[in-house]
Formats: sequence, structure tokens, C-alpha cells
Amino acid sequence: MGTDGLQNTPPVNGSVPVLAPGHTYASITDKISAIVLLQKTRRGWWMGLALAFSLLMVLNLALGYLFLMGTGIWGINIPIGWGFAIVNFVWWIGIGHAGTLISAFLLLMRQAWRQSINRFAEAMTLFAVASAGIFPLAHMGRPWLFFWLLPYPDTMGTWPQFRSPLVWDVFAVSTYGTISLLFWFVGLIPDLATLRDRAKDRLSRIVYGFLAMGWRGSAMHWHRYEMAYLLLAGLATPLVISVHTVVSFDFTLGVIPGWHSTIFPPYFVAGAIYSGFAMVMTLAIPLRKFYGLEDFVTLRHLDNMAKILMATGSIVAYGYMMETFMAFYSGNPYDRYMILNRMTGPYAPAYWSLIACNIVLPLGSLWSSKVRRNVGALFLISLIIQTGMWLERFIIVVTSLHRDFLPSSWGMYHPTRWDWAVYLGTLGLFFTLFLLFIRFMPMISIFEMRGLAHELKEKEH
Amino acid sequence: MAEFETTEDLLSAAHRAHAAGYRQLDAFTPFPVEGLAEAIGFHKTYVPLICLIGGLIGCSGGFFLQWWPSVIGYPLNVGGKPFNSWPAFIPITFELTILCAGLATVFGMLALNGLPTPYHPVFNAPRFELATRNKFFLCIKARDAQFDAQKTRDFLQSLGAREVSEIEV
Repeated sequence: MGTDGLQNTPPVNGSVPVLAPGHTYASITDKISAIVLLQKTRRGWWMGLALAFSLLMVLNLALGYLFLMGTGIWGINIPIGWGFAIVNFVWWIGIGHAGTLISAFLLLMRQAWRQSINRFAEAMTLFAVASAGIFPLAHMGRPWLFFWLLPYPDTMGTWPQFRSPLVWDVFAVSTYGTISLLFWFVGLIPDLATLRDRAKDRLSRIVYGFLAMGWRGSAMHWHRYEMAYLLLAGLATPLVISVHTVVSFDFTLGVIPGWHSTIFPPYFVAGAIYSGFAMVMTLAIPLRKFYGLEDFVTLRHLDNMAKILMATGSIVAYGYMMETFMAFYSGNPYDRYMILNRMTGPYAPAYWSLIACNIVLPLGSLWSSKVRRNVGALFLISLIIQTGMWLERFIIVVTSLHRDFLPSSWGMYHPTRWDWAVYLGTLGLFFTLFLLFIRFMPMISIFEMRGLAHELKEKEH
Repeated sequence: MAEFETTEDLLSAAHRAHAAGYRQLDAFTPFPVEGLAEAIGFHKTYVPLICLIGGLIGCSGGFFLQWWPSVIGYPLNVGGKPFNSWPAFIPITFELTILCAGLATVFGMLALNGLPTPYHPVFNAPRFELATRNKFFLCIKARDAQFDAQKTRDFLQSLGAREVSEIEV
């Protein structure tokens, strides 16, 4: 982030501002609220929704069949009991992390450029957590008994095992989902009031009015509101780090070679932010184009996000190097074998594609400021990073499990079509929710953009 | 109720109204304006205290939730580890601290603000829908000791308001 981080420093990178000049409070309000209230639903949106909704129906089908037949329809076996379900769970949760980071951490750091991307990044978090949550539940085999994970005084007098990271996960992910929802909704309240006041038809006035809960922008309310928002940000920042740390504990507290490592928590958190920022970029680039929001999500935002990608990508690269180094330095023959097997064994193509997608291509190209301002290239790189991060989780889960201590218990994992169906289905869930969100809610925080316009104006004087 | 064009006008008007002895003031703005709450004489907020109390409840409750079943309700000997293996209870204690503090903050803020409020008289003010767009409003309530329909109107007018109106409660 470097020098660029200071609020409203004269742009170091050319002269691209965080908000295109000439905008007033009214123009910002009208432009963002018009997308929800006035513009006709576009053909592209319908086509996107049709595609996403079809995939959502695939999810219904795949889960229905899974509940009927059991997890045997998946490719998992013994020794590879985790498979796609855990790969996708970690991938989705990781994607969610960028949203919280943008809204909470960058708020605490007083980064002015967060204002125009935080709203849809928070929505992305919510929907990613929803998609992630499906996997551990489905992987249980008997998901209707999920409440056995919760501590409640049952008739058998038993309790969950609180020393198990899998139980920690339940608390971490459900807390994360709840706090993300609160953060998103609290941020929406003043904007819902704007929509209520700008809506032309009765139905939207009633619905937005109901959701805005009678917000009237009173100075006393703002005072408490800002304090509450700041406190939430302060709570969400350590939370987001703890969530992926707990996810990494699921692995590190096992004794499997390749999992039992102290580098996992920081490297998981960095990887989560890496894939999450890539997802923000994947969503932001088409959004700003189709809805003409180039004034609000400027090249400066894309450039800053690309720099964060570089920083977190480098941490991830360091994690890979340390993993390899420690495998040899520790002198542990199982660890050494695990790394050699990753690089040359049956899953070697996946490993080397992961290195190419996560390290070689993005970190090689993002150093150039030309690439960082080339919208098409950034879009492509963001997709490559997400593929890479998915492969990373695949490698971690599968290569460690498939060959552990005894050659007699070695095996291979091949995902079945039902594995793919559930994965594609959650993509459908995510994009269906996201498309509905951009149609019915302001995708950029209006009141924070007005505040930003005010700040920028004061800086001029 | 007086309408203003910019934050500067509103801030100076609020300061002068407070200096003139008016205490029952409120202001309405489309985004948080720094120093406005202080200008109308509103300093203290209990939101941080509520957050702290929520956090403490979550923290102690979260730890107790794990300690009681592990030590008293359903003690399991796992590899000879102590029943009260507190380091293993920290992650859930932490998560529940954050959860309770966050819920307390949000619901505390809403309760202190009296939201949801389905109906409020200020919504009847002319052009008040612009308070969520680009205009700034200052309101002197009739229950203020100094309130006098004509004098207060003239006073607000003298502060440079674009328009002054009276709202029936």
C-alpha cells in the first residue's frame, strides 16, 4: 500500500482521483440510487440471473440427491475423507474475507478509497459465507443432525468436544456470518432512507421505508451511528483474522504431514485476502462498466487493489517457500516425502498450475503499472488468482491425505460429477444473490460517498 | 425547522443557536458532519459502554459455556489432559466475545436512537426528503424554554436559512 495509503495524498500514480471531479452530493445520490429505482432492468442482468439461477437449481438437485444417497456419491474415500467439500468451504470463506477487510480494516486505517467498493464487497462476503456454509453441512452425511454441534443440554447429557477445532469452526463461521450481516445492514440503513425518500412508487417506498426503520439523519443519531460503526469495524478486524486462523487449525491440529505446521494461520489469512481481493476485482470490473460507475470506482481503486494483491500474493509465495524449506530442514522423512510427492507425484500438474496461477503470472505482471491500469488484464489476473487459490486448497487437502505414513493406506481422489455439481451450484447461489443485491440495493454506499465528496472539497480549501 | 445549503452554514447556525441559549436542538444531514453533534450540545454516547458490557458478557459466558460441560457436566478424559484445558477454550471465548459485543453495539445503537420509529413529525417538513440527499436542516423544538413561534422563526431566518417552516407535532 505504501505511500498511496495516506488519505488524499496527491496521487502518486499519475493523477487518478478516488472520485471523479465535478460530483456533488446530489449527483452522487441520484446516480447511485437511479440504478435501483429508475433504470429499467437490463437484458444482461436477466441473462446473468437466468444462468446463475439455473446453476442454483443444479445445487438443489445435487444436494437433494446427496441427502437421498449419502456422501458415497462424492469421490471421497478413506484415506481422502475431505475432498471437494472442504476445498470449496475454505475457498469460499477465504473469498469472503476481503469484504470484511475492505469495510473494517481500511475504515480503521482511514483509507478514503474504500468508500466506493465496501458495500458490494460486504455483500460478496455475506454471499460467500452462505455458499461456504453449505459444504461442511453437506459433508456431515446426516446434515439434519447438525445441531449436535451446538452446545445445548440434551437428554443424553452429552456435550460437544470444545477442544476440537471443528467445533471452533462452528462458532467462528457463525459469528462471522452474523457480524458480517450486521455490518452490512448497519451500513445500509442511511442509504435505505435515501431510497425511501427518492422512490416514486408506493411499494418501494413501503419496503425501503420499512427497512430504513425511520432513519432521519438526526445529528444525534449520526453521532451514535458513527461510534457504533467504528466499534463494529474494530471488532470485525480481529474477527476476520481469527476466522481463517481457526479454519487453518482444522488442518494444523492434525498430525498429517503437510498440515501440522505453524505457518498455516498467517499464510491462510494472507491467502484468503489474496483470493478475496481477486474476487472483488472480478466483480468490480464488470459492474463499473455495465452500470457506468467509472467515476466512483476509478483506476485508482483498481491500482490500489492490485497492490494489495501483490502484497498478499508475496506473503503466500513466502508461505510456499517456507513450507518447502521446512520440509527439508526439519529432517522429518514424512514431511520431505510429502513435498516431493506434491512436486512430482500424481497431483504434480495441479501443484505446478497452482504455482503458475498464484505466483508466477500475477506477481510477475502486477509489478508493471501499465498492467495495474489495464482493466482487461486485471480482470484476467483476478480470475487466474482465484483458480490458483482454489488449486492451493485442493493441493493442501488432497496431497497430504492421499499418502500419509503407511503405503498400505495410500489412495487416490477423483472428484465425481456430483462433486462438480455442488461446486458449480454454489457459484449459482453466490451469483443469484449478488445479482439480486445489485438490482435492489445501492451497490455503492451513498452516504459515505457524499462524505467523501465533502472531505475532498474541504481539502481543496 | 430551517433548511441550509452547506455544512458550513449549518454548523455555524447550530453554534449560534446554541450560543443564543437554545437547548432543544436537532439537526438533520445526509451524511455525518464532524462536530455537529457537539455544536447542538450533544456530547455523551453510551454506545462504547454497551459494547464493552456485551463483550464482557460474551467473554465470561463463552468461557463458562465450555468450562462447565468439560469440568462438571460431562468430563471426558482425553489422553490425560486436564479437564480445564483453558487454552483450547480461547478460540470460542474470543468468537463469542466478538459476537455479543457486536450484537450489543448494533442493537444498543438502534435502541438509543429510538429506531425503528415508523412515524416522526419531522418527516412533514417541506422538502425534508432532501435531508437524505443534499440539504441540511436545523430544528428548534417547541418545548425549548426560549421557544417563541415568531422570535424563533426570525432568529432562524437571521442565521441565513434558505427556508424556515413550522411543523405540527
